[in-house]
Amino acid sequence: MSFETLANWVHNWLYETLHPTVALLVEFAIVGVLIIGLFAVLGLVLVMMERKVSSWMQLRLGPNRIGPWGWFQTVADTLKLIVKEGMTPNNVDKLLFNMAPMLVIVVSMVIMAPIMFAKGIQIWDINIGVLFVAAVSSLSIIGVLMAGWASNNKYSLLGAMRSGAQIVSYELSAGLSILVIVVLTGSLKMSDIVMAQADGWWLFKGHVPAIIAFVIFIIAATAETNRAPFDLAEAESELTAGFHTEYSGMKFALFFLAEYVNIFVVCAIGATLFLGGWMPFHIGNWEGFNHVMDYIPSSVWFFGKTFLLIFVIMWFRWTFPRLRIDQLLSLEWKYLLPISMFNILLVTIIALAGWHF
Amino acid sequence: MYRETDIIQTIPGTDEMVINVGPQHPSTHGVLHLVITIDGETVKKVEPHLGYIHRSIEKMCESLSYRQFIYTTSRMDYLSAHINNHACALAVEQAMGIEVPLRAQYIRVVMDELTRIASHCLWWGSVAMDCGAVTPFFLAFREREMINTIMEETCGARLTMNYMVPGGVMFDLHPNFQRDAKAFLAHFRSKIDEYDELVTGNIIFQNRLKGTGFISKADAISYGCTGPTARGSGVSCDVRKWYPYEVYQQVQFDEILETAGDSYARYLVRLAELRQSMSIIEQLIDNIPTGDFQAKTKAVLKPPKGEFYSRVETARGELGVYIVSEGGTTPYRIKFRSPGFSNLSALDHMVRGQKLGDLVAVMGTLDLVIPDIDR
Repeated sequence: MSFETLANWVHNWLYETLHPTVALLVEFAIVGVLIIGLFAVLGLVLVMMERKVSSWMQLRLGPNRIGPWGWFQTVADTLKLIVKEGMTPNNVDKLLFNMAPMLVIVVSMVIMAPIMFAKGIQIWDINIGVLFVAAVSSLSIIGVLMAGWASNNKYSLLGAMRSGAQIVSYELSAGLSILVIVVLTGSLKMSDIVMAQADGWWLFKGHVPAIIAFVIFIIAATAETNRAPFDLAEAESELTAGFHTEYSGMKFALFFLAEYVNIFVVCAIGATLFLGGWMPFHIGNWEGFNHVMDYIPSSVWFFGKTFLLIFVIMWFRWTFPRLRIDQLLSLEWKYLLPISMFNILLVTIIALAGWHF
Repeated sequence: MYRETDIIQTIPGTDEMVINVGPQHPSTHGVLHLVITIDGETVKKVEPHLGYIHRSIEKMCESLSYRQFIYTTSRMDYLSAHINNHACALAVEQAMGIEVPLRAQYIRVVMDELTRIASHCLWWGSVAMDCGAVTPFFLAFREREMINTIMEETCGARLTMNYMVPGGVMFDLHPNFQRDAKAFLAHFRSKIDEYDELVTGNIIFQNRLKGTGFISKADAISYGCTGPTARGSGVSCDVRKWYPYEVYQQVQFDEILETAGDSYARYLVRLAELRQSMSIIEQLIDNIPTGDFQAKTKAVLKPPKGEFYSRVETARGELGVYIVSEGGTTPYRIKFRSPGFSNLSALDHMVRGQKLGDLVAVMGTLDLVIPDIDR
C-alpha cells in the first residue's frame, strides 16, 4: 500500500465521520505532529551525523559511549537540554528574547510544506512552491536579529548584524540560481519540477548554466544556514557564540535544531531542483536501466541525495577556515551575483532556443 | 531611551562601543583580557589587561636555590618549557663557570628543537582554529603527541619536562630515543606537506592573513618584538645565529626572514622554522658523542657576587634571564625577559583600523602564551 492511498483513506474516513471543519482541523493536527516528529528525528540524526563526520575527518572516534556506537548520545543530549532551566537573563527584552527561538523554529517548520519527500508524499503542493520556500526562508533572519538585539549583549548584537547582512545578500544568489531551474522547467511547482526530470536530472541536462547554478546554490545555501566557512554569525573564535550567546537550555536547543533542520531543507531543495528529488536516476531511452533504477524506492532516492548534499556541506565546515565579513560580502556582491545574473541570461537564451534536452 | 541596565551603550558622542574580549574567551588562548573599542566591525583600539594568571614566579625564584628555581620557569611558557629551563641553566652555568660536556650540549639542542616543533605544531593548529578551521588543530595534535611520547620516555614528563640541570641534563637519553626521534622526523616530513596542502594553500586562509596585522621593520624593533613575529617583518634577531649557545654554531641552518610584515609572513616564518628544526635534529641525532651527560658540580651552588644574563631563542622569540647574585645560595633578584610580553604590546599597533575577525587571526599569528606574558 503506497503512502498516497493511505493518506486518501485517512482523508476520506475523517470526512465521512466528522464535520468537514473538524476533519480539516484534525488533519492539520496530524500533519503538525508528523512534522514535529520529523524534526526530532532529523535533529537527532543530523547532529549525530555531524559529530561522526567531524570525528572521522579529525582522527577521532566521536561519541561512542551511549548505546551502540554512541548512537544514543544525541538522545541523552536532548534530554539534558530539556530538563535544563530555560533561563532568561536580567535586563533582556523578555518578549523578544523568548519569541526569537520560536520564530526561528516555526520558519523551519513552515518551509517543510512544499518539499516532496517521496513519490506522493508532500504536505502542500502549492503552485508557487519554489517562491514560497524562497520567501519563507528569509523570515528566519528576523528571529536571529530579534535574538541578537533582545539579548542585550554586544557579542549577540554583532553576531546578529553579521547574520543579517549575510543572509540578505546571499538570498539573492540563492534565488537567482533557483530561478535557473524555474526557467528550464517553466513552473514554480515542486511536483512539476520533479516530473520534468524524469528523463534526466537538471544538473546533467541543463547544460553549463545548471552546473553554475548548482555550485552557486550550494555556496549560498551554506551561507544562508550560517555554516562554516560562512558561520560569522556564530564565529566561536571571535564572538564566543554570536547571536545565541545568552541562550541556554531548550531555547538554545531550538536554535540548534533550527540550524540543522535548515541544512536539511536547503539540501532537500537543492536535491529537488538539481538532482531530481525523489526521481530515480534515468538516462534518456535506456529502458532496461531505467526500470532497474525504478526498483529503488523513491524515498531512498530523495533522502540519499539530500544526505549526500548534507555531507558535502559538513565537509565544507570541517575543512575551510572562516571568511571575514568584508570578504564574505565582496564574494557575494562582486562574484556570485554578477555570475548568477549572467547565468540567468544564458539559461534564458538556452530555454528560448530550446537547446536543452 | 537610555536605561541604566542597557549594556549595549556607545561611547557618548561616537558610534564606538567598548567590548571585553576575555578573560574567558575561546580565542585568547588563556586568561588574557582585551578591552577593545570597536566602531561596528572595525577595531579602533586594543588595550590588553594582564594579571589574571600572575603567579609571581620571579619573586618565588628569590627563595629557591639555583638548582630549584629552574623548574618554576617550565610554568612560564609551558609550550617551550625545555627552552625556558635551558635559558636558566645557561645563566647559572655562566655564573658558576661550569663547562657543559659535549654530549649534554647535543642532547640539549636536540631537545630544544623537538620542543620548538611541538610548540609550532600547536601554534599551527590554533592559528587555523582562530581563523575558523577546526580540523588542523587535531592534525597538529597528532604530531605533538608523538613528541610528547618521546619526551616522556627520556624525561619522564610530557609537558613540564624539568630535564635541564646546571651542568648538563638530568638523565642520559633513553636507549630508544634516537630511533623514535628519527621515526618522528620521517613521519613529520610527510605530514608537513599535508599542512601546506590543507591550510597554507587555502585561498580563504591566505586572504584572511595577507595584508592584516602589518608591522614595519622599524616598528617591530621599537616595540621589542622578537622571534618569528619580528622575523616576519625582516628583523634579523635569531639568538641562535647572533649569540650562539651550545652547539648551534656547528649546525647548518637558515634564519628565516620574510619582509612582508603581515600575518601571512609570520605564518610562513613559523612553517619554515619547522623544516629548519627538523634539519637541525637530523644533523645532530646520529652524531651525539659519548661521554658524560652532566658535569660534576657541587651539591650547593653559590655563584659569586655579580649580575649574569643569558638568552635563548624560544619558539616565541628571545627569552632573557637576568640574575643578580649576592653570593648566597639563592638569587637576590631574577628578571625574565619574556618574548610574549613584547609581542603582545605590538598588538594594538597591528590591528588598529582592521576588522574584529582580523584581531583574532593576528593574535593567533603572534602565538601568545598567556602564562609567559603574565609571570
